Amino acid sequence: MAKGQIVAGCLAPHPPHLVYADNPPQNEAYSEGGWETLRWGYQRLARKLKNIDYDAIVIFTPHWQTYIGTHFLGLPEFKSKSVDPVFPNLFRYNYDLQVDVELSEAMRDAASQEGIITKMMTNPDFRVDYGTITSCHLLNPEWDKPIVTISSNRNTHYYSPEVMIEQATALGRACAKAIEESGKRVVLVASHSLSHRHFVEEAPLPEDMSKEHIYNHSQYVWDMKIVEMMRDGKSREVIDIMPEFTEQTIAETEGGGLIWMLGAMGFPDFPAEIYGYQSVIGTGNVIACWDPNDDTREYVL
Amino acid sequence: MSETNEPEILFGIYCPPHPQPLLSPEASEGYSKLRAAYDECRKRIEESEADIILVYSTTWPSIIGHQIQALEKAIWTHVDDDFHYLGSMPYEFHMDTEFAHSMKENCEKRGLEARTVEYEGFPIDTGSVVALQLLNPDNRIPSCILSSNMYSNRSETIVLGKAVRDTLAQQNKKAVVVVVSSLSNRMFTEHIDPKEDRIHSQKDDDWNRKILEFFDDGRLEDLSQLSRDIHGQIRVQKVVAYKPAWWLAATMGQHNNYDGEVLAYEALHGSGGAVITLTPSTGSVGDKEFDEDDVEFYRGDRNVLDKGMLE
Ligand SMILES: [Fe+2]
Repeated sequence: MAKGQIVAGCLAPHPPHLVYADNPPQNEAYSEGGWETLRWGYQRLARKLKNIDYDAIVIFTPHWQTYIGTHFLGLPEFKSKSVDPVFPNLFRYNYDLQVDVELSEAMRDAASQEGIITKMMTNPDFRVDYGTITSCHLLNPEWDKPIVTISSNRNTHYYSPEVMIEQATALGRACAKAIEESGKRVVLVASHSLSHRHFVEEAPLPEDMSKEHIYNHSQYVWDMKIVEMMRDGKSREVIDIMPEFTEQTIAETEGGGLIWMLGAMGFPDFPAEIYGYQSVIGTGNVIACWDPNDDTREYVL
Repeated sequence: MSETNEPEILFGIYCPPHPQPLLSPEASEGYSKLRAAYDECRKRIEESEADIILVYSTTWPSIIGHQIQALEKAIWTHVDDDFHYLGSMPYEFHMDTEFAHSMKENCEKRGLEARTVEYEGFPIDTGSVVALQLLNPDNRIPSCILSSNMYSNRSETIVLGKAVRDTLAQQNKKAVVVVVSSLSNRMFTEHIDPKEDRIHSQKDDDWNRKILEFFDDGRLEDLSQLSRDIHGQIRVQKVVAYKPAWWLAATMGQHNNYDGEVLAYEALHGSGGAVITLTPSTGSVGDKEFDEDDVEFYRGDRNVLDKGMLE
């Protein structure tokens, strides 16, 4: 059996606004559009993924928050309706998705062997979180690949951002090992924004783009610093600066997704592809992809 | 309106959010004591003349202001993110939609951003599900659930409580108010044998017991004034502040004239789980000035930084 490999790593923010703006048949809410910079960026990345041969998407989400270890989806199918607890007016999405349970269990076993506390989630009534649904919908609207969701253990709050870096990196390494041994070709997804201070009021028409802007300039400057380092292939430095970035911008990086993904990819020193940056209700969001294949890596934006 | 134009709050309940008392009460002596305390509260609610059960849940965070559950019949099967292996929680809750809509208006009159949520399948949080399922299993009394805004601090939370008072007085409804929150909220980060459950640390236990003394003495406003210290000492810093005592005091009345009763205090995976009742009475403990300002209206961020800007 050929060695499995990570064929791409995507930083894929999950504001439900983006699905809302797209009006897919699965979502009950109706919009007049909005946030095109991100949506068009997502469409371009989704087209790239269509041209990559892969078996499964493994996604790390900050909206499945676990305090007792890291949990993995452990049943082959989940079908239900995901209603965003914060933006239920925008996101009520009927999903029907497949899970690669074999890969999920293999990653769980590898993580356990590394001393990480783990748990398989096998309750059929469990509702898959809206971060998973949003990022996966935008990256693969056809839902024709199985996924694995990994929960975000709350290390940042419970201990410190530094502990989160150690734990998420170790988890990334374990997942990479399991993927290699599985023989599968896998797309990794870190589902989150960068700066994450929201406005606490919403425009009467949420997609009114005349009202959309970053929460404050400091958040913007920090986000740009991170994006610049990604472009320059300085993924190790992104992680080094992350505790301060997370604190200064209340960044959603606190959940550990990007650390996990870059850790699994061995902290790549090649440039990330940048597909777009835009604010959503004040938060900063970049879509980025690390393509380890020198032949297919592009300079997108 | 009641004669005094003051709302009639029959009693308050403080209870923990974790699902063990609902799903696995027999797994440990502690969990079954918590369950018995919930059952006692249920009985007292049944024997009371309450028109509404009002829940403020720390496990329902919101961002766009304060969300108010308004769906007439909220029906779903909930599963907890961590304790999914303990089982599913099917529920059907009947909301007091009339209360919910007026509550939104009264929040806005006091300067708060607020909205009702009325969506089939809305994910009601574990804490609210556990509390309502145990306290009001047959929907004898309609209820309403309020979210806890992630960014809100003291003034917003106090004003939110006052908006509850406005609404109850307007509708002349007798209420039982419920706060769903742990005391110390640090859990063990590994799976444990429930029989070996204990409070995470001695320090957490010491603080919890001190807080319980205050509750037992009915010193609710004193607890409200202590909230920032409590947050710093025994709360994992997930949100900006420990808000339950602020909300409970603002809703029930900002004083120390209560009969408090601690029905149970046990560990829930390391966190401090207590079931407590507070009943308005006469006679106050202590007689002193409080440090924190009272606040009637929320006027938004103070924009301190902007005021210091050079032109
Ligand atoms: Fe998020």
